[in-house]
Order: sequence, then structure tokens, then C-alpha cells
Amino acid sequence: MVATVETISAVEEATGKYKYGFVTDIASEKAPKGLNEDIIRFISEKKSEPEWMLKWRLKAYRHWLKMPEPNWSKLSIEPIDYNDIHYYSAPKSAEKLNSIADVDPELIATYEKLGIPLNEQKMLAGVAVDAVFDSVSVATTFREELSKAGVIFCPISEAIQKYPELVKKYLGSVIPVADNYFSALNCAVFTDGSFVYVPKNVRCPLELSTYFRINEQNTGQFERTLIIVEDGGYVSYLEGCTAPQRDENQLHAAVVELVALTDAEIKYSTVQNWYPGDENGKGGIYNFVTKRGSCRGDRSKISWTQVETGSAITWKYPSCVLRGKNSVGEFYSVAVTNGAQQADTGTKMIHLGEGSKSTIISKGISAGKSQNTYRGLVEINRGAESARNFTQCDSLLVGQLCGAHTVPYIVSRNPSGKIEHEATTSRISEEQLFYCLQRGISEEDAVSLIVNGFCKEVMKELPMEFAVEAQKLIGISLEGSVG
Amino acid sequence: MSILEIRGLKASVDGNEILHGIDLIVNPGEVHAIMGPNGSGKSTLSYVLSGRAGYEITGGDILLNGNSIIDMEADVRARLGLFLAFQYPVELPGVSGMSFLRAAINARLREENQEEVDQLAFVKMVRAEAKKLGISDEMLKRAVNVGFSGGEKKRYEILQMALLKPIMAILDETDSGLDVDALKIVSEGVNLLRNPYRSMLVITHYQRLLSHIIPDKVHILSNGVIAKSGDKTLALQVEENGYSGIDDAA
Repeated sequence: MVATVETISAVEEATGKYKYGFVTDIASEKAPKGLNEDIIRFISEKKSEPEWMLKWRLKAYRHWLKMPEPNWSKLSIEPIDYNDIHYYSAPKSAEKLNSIADVDPELIATYEKLGIPLNEQKMLAGVAVDAVFDSVSVATTFREELSKAGVIFCPISEAIQKYPELVKKYLGSVIPVADNYFSALNCAVFTDGSFVYVPKNVRCPLELSTYFRINEQNTGQFERTLIIVEDGGYVSYLEGCTAPQRDENQLHAAVVELVALTDAEIKYSTVQNWYPGDENGKGGIYNFVTKRGSCRGDRSKISWTQVETGSAITWKYPSCVLRGKNSVGEFYSVAVTNGAQQADTGTKMIHLGEGSKSTIISKGISAGKSQNTYRGLVEINRGAESARNFTQCDSLLVGQLCGAHTVPYIVSRNPSGKIEHEATTSRISEEQLFYCLQRGISEEDAVSLIVNGFCKEVMKELPMEFAVEAQKLIGISLEGSVG
Repeated sequence: MSILEIRGLKASVDGNEILHGIDLIVNPGEVHAIMGPNGSGKSTLSYVLSGRAGYEITGGDILLNGNSIIDMEADVRARLGLFLAFQYPVELPGVSGMSFLRAAINARLREENQEEVDQLAFVKMVRAEAKKLGISDEMLKRAVNVGFSGGEKKRYEILQMALLKPIMAILDETDSGLDVDALKIVSEGVNLLRNPYRSMLVITHYQRLLSHIIPDKVHILSNGVIAKSGDKTLALQVEENGYSGIDDAA
């Protein structure tokens, strides 16, 4: 209720189209451009990794070399020169930090500007943050408070050294090394990301959040996140992303793996606002992300919520493998495209366990001359007795030049399975706009109201602290889309 | 000074002239009725006055409070105190009624350089006005006009009018689709809002609304011009003789 009421004033507060487009002027250490085994060794050495980790990376790289780039999506992409990218970039001052007090003030200022204060006194109550700047994690807050509850929340580079058994056991266990082209690339060159471990029967006392920032030119960001929740545990995790405004495209290929054991629950939310490029499609982030959760235990639950407003190209299908009996997978998505943006996003719900259930609610909003595609797979396998799925896919068109597409794949191998699919396509009508205008509401506020109304079912899944921010973002993303 | 002055207004839709030169003066506190048969240009007049896209003014002028508004966008006119109660109120799926009403009120307040209304005071104010119109809290929680009955939609229009406190309200066929009881509630709501600073233009096809909302003046619109003006007895003549009888008289 409160969140929706605040929409208008929130939209007004925010001025400027992409306000995160600034660059932080900070000395950085970069690997030379290009991708080969030496670069991978360099990254591994920079992170002081054990031998097994380097071997894993090299194995992935050798796989990647043999793989073709995927071309099944409805995206038109300029060819990517994988040798014209820096695979490692770190602020010089960012090494070996023991506390927030040691973080370069320039970096703290950057995150403040982004609305993410790293100073614990100023922080949103109840949210712990891991801040990843280019290739390294620069700060993780509230670690002490979390460790009291037994929760581990740290950069994955640190987890590799401190908790090698956990990492070895779970890394790549949800998304195998050679799963797809971009995940294989990530396995070879990933630099940092977050690691979360919630022990048995622990309800994580804080919302966990990672904030990803690409700063350097010609760099790619390849973050890797691994979240493990033991029996009966619970965690809610949120990631946010921004990048400076640049004329060339930058590559972001992340991998996120979630593991939920018996009765465990993971709620994973994303507010993605990478630089989308200008309205003619110059610049912007190429966002190729592989996210998958494994509901391994009985009655386990994984819920993905995403609000995608940024990136020139979004290629992303957060999925659930529902192995456990009566396990639950959910996918709530709002994808907004404007200007020349292209999004091909959706989910995969793979039902293996008896009585497993999944829900998919996808809201696509296309404006400008953008293209927005929902692509989703629902697969009920032989052993998934009485599995159920409900899918609702709604598209909203703003203007005459954009496109909305829905590509559902439905596979049922068990006659007791139940699959429902509903889809609608609508347009913001002139009548609706005039009705709002006649009440004195400006056209931009009217669009924002109508669009936020359209996405309401998804927005209410976001943690409260971020719902307002997300509404604001949707308003800004659609600025200038009507008239 | 008059609240609304229409001078020789000509307007077209898709290149077809619908209004052929309309003159009308509405003074503060006056309620004028515009009656006319289907296709006479009644709804066109309400859209032209409120600034809907697609309705092109080809001649004349419209003054609100002495200022020409024909070059203003619809939202600007609304913020200056022009209100249109729609014949067919529009559904806004998912948009909560409360956020919609609040956005509208705050837009108006900002225009007048006043502070925005705070959440608590706002809820109180809406509930108080809603009660007078027999609008339940449950209805206020729903999305704007979604799943409302015809009568509920019209009451909701009057609620918005009560909250936005316009100086000039246009009621476009507010009686259409209402049964006798609903018509009574809506008319009472409107009568409560009559005051010396608020003028109204009541557009209707039938006389029956005007026995609830008693107009100061009645105008007959026919073929895009005002064919005849008079007092409330003119409406009764229409009831008796039909519009054709009036046309002959004009």
C-alpha cells in the first residue's frame, strides 16, 4: 500500500534519465586485454586461489573454446570480440581490507552517490551489503552480526580460501561447468561475487544484498554468486547493478547458483539497472546471465523476483530445478524495455519431484522501438507425480514501434501433471491516459501509475525497502516514451 | 467575471466539423444544463472543453476564469479547476484508487503552491467524502473503476469531484445507466457540491436528471449549435414535445 502511494513523488524526485552514469576516477590495476590461459592463471593468482580452483577454471576455459555462441534468442547482437576485454580490474587500494574504515573514501563516496551507504550507521536497517566494484568485493557490512547467527556472508574469493569444502561441494553443482557458452566463460574468468551459507534451522536475521558496479572502461564483469541454505533455513537476498554511461558495449556474464535443502527457503530478488545505451542503441551493457536454483530437499522453496530495466541486451532465465518432494519454485518478473533495448528473458521450471509446484508471473513492458520477449520452459518429468504449474504472461505496449513476444515451451511427461498458461497483450489506451490527465495528473506520472498498476503482482514480492526504489526506476525508464 | 465563457467555438473530429459556433456564458455558482438528441455534439463539447487529444478547435475561444485555455494540455486545464465527470469512466487495472486520488489531489495542490496532503489526513478526507456518497471502504481499496457497477462508477466520479473541488464541473450524461435509486444518490451528491464559487455544466439527454439537479439555465444543442436557451421550463417542454418540437420553435 505505502509503496504504491509513493510512486508519483518518488518519480518526481528522480531527475535525469540515467543518473548512475558517472565514472569514479580511481587508480585501478587491470589485466591486459584478451583471454587465454595466462590471463586465467593471472586472475587465479591475484585471488591467491588454491590449485583445484585454477584447474576448474582451466577446464571450463577449454570447454568454452569448443562451444558456439548461442543464437536461438530473439536478439540481434553485434559480434563480441572476447579478446578486446579486460578480464580483471581492481581499484588499487582495494587489497586486503579488514574493516569498512579501510575502504578508499572515493569508493565509499561512489556507493553513497548510488544510494548505497556502506557506513553501517547510515545503512538501511536490517540490510547487510556486499559491494562489488569491477572485479573485487570492496566491502561487506554487518558481518559480525551475521556471524553471531552462524550465517556466512562474504566475497566468494574469500570463501574459496576460508571454506573450501563448502565451495568444492556446491560450486558448479547447480550449473555445470559446460552448461552454456556464457556460464562456461564465467567459470573460467569469474572474479568476485557473494557467498552465502545459512546453517540448519537458521532464519537469516538480515536481508542480504550485493551491489554490483562496473566502473572501468573495456572491462567485463563476471561475478559468481553461490547461496546455500541448509535444512529449515531461510534467507532473502537482493542484488542491484549499475554502470557508467559509455559509448561502447560492455559485457556482463554472471552466474548465480542457489541450493535449498530440506524445508529451506531462498528468496532472491534482483533490481537490474545496468546502463541501457542511448536511444539509438549506442553503448550499454550486454547482460548474459545464468541463474539457477536447485530445490534439493523435500518442501524446499526458491523464489526469483526480478525487475529488469537496464542493459542494452538482457539474456536471462532464472530457473528452478524442483527435485524435492512438494518443492516449490516461483518466478516473478517485470522487464521494461525502452529506446533500442532488447530483452529475452523468462524462466525454466524443471519438475522432478512428486507434488512439486511452480508459479510464473511475467510482466513485460515495451516502449520506444524496443523488443521484449518472454521465453519460458515448464517441464514435468516422469517422476513428478501430480506436479503443477501456473503461468501468467502479460505484455504491455507503450507506443507504436515496440514489440512484445511470448515464447512458452511446455513439456509434460507425466499424465498427472497440471499446467496452466495464461497470456495477455494490452496497450496503454488513449482513454486511460486522458482519464488521468483530466484529473490533473501529468502524462509521465500517468504512465508510471498505469505501468506500476500493471506490475503490481510482481512488485509486491520485492522486499519493502526496495519496492519504492524499483517503482521509481520503472518510472524513469519510461520517461519520454509517450507523446 | 464569468467562470466559463465560450465564444464562437468551432471544433472538428477527423476533419469533420461537429461544433459550428457555440456561445455560452456561465457565471459563478450557476448550473447550466445542455440538452440535445444523440449526435448533436454534446459529448464533443465536453471533450473539447476538457482538452482531449483528437478534438481540434478550428475557431473561437474558451475562457476559464477570464483566461484562454485552448492552447493548454488537458492536465493543465484540470489543475486550473476544470473537471469532467465521464459518461463512461475508464478502468485502470492494478492502479489502486487511493494512489490515483492522491496523485490527482497532490497535482492540484502543487499547482497552487500548497503543500501535498499527508497520508493520514488524506485517508480521513477520502473516507468522509465517500461516506456521503455511500461508497464503502472496500470499494475505495479496489483498482480504479475495475469491477464497479454502472452506479458505482458514477458515484466514484462525484467523489473525485468532491475531492478535487473544481471551479467548473462538466457532468457528461451522468444519469446514463443509472436506476432511480442510484440517480437519487448521485444527484444528492452533486447538489451537496453546489456553492456560489462552483459552476456546473450538466449535459444530458433526458429531463429526468434535471428534476433532481435543478438548473439555472437550459440550452438545447442541436446539430452543433445552441438552438434555444431558456430557464428550467425549457427542459419540461422537451419532455412533452421532444427535440423535434424545439427545433421547429428555433
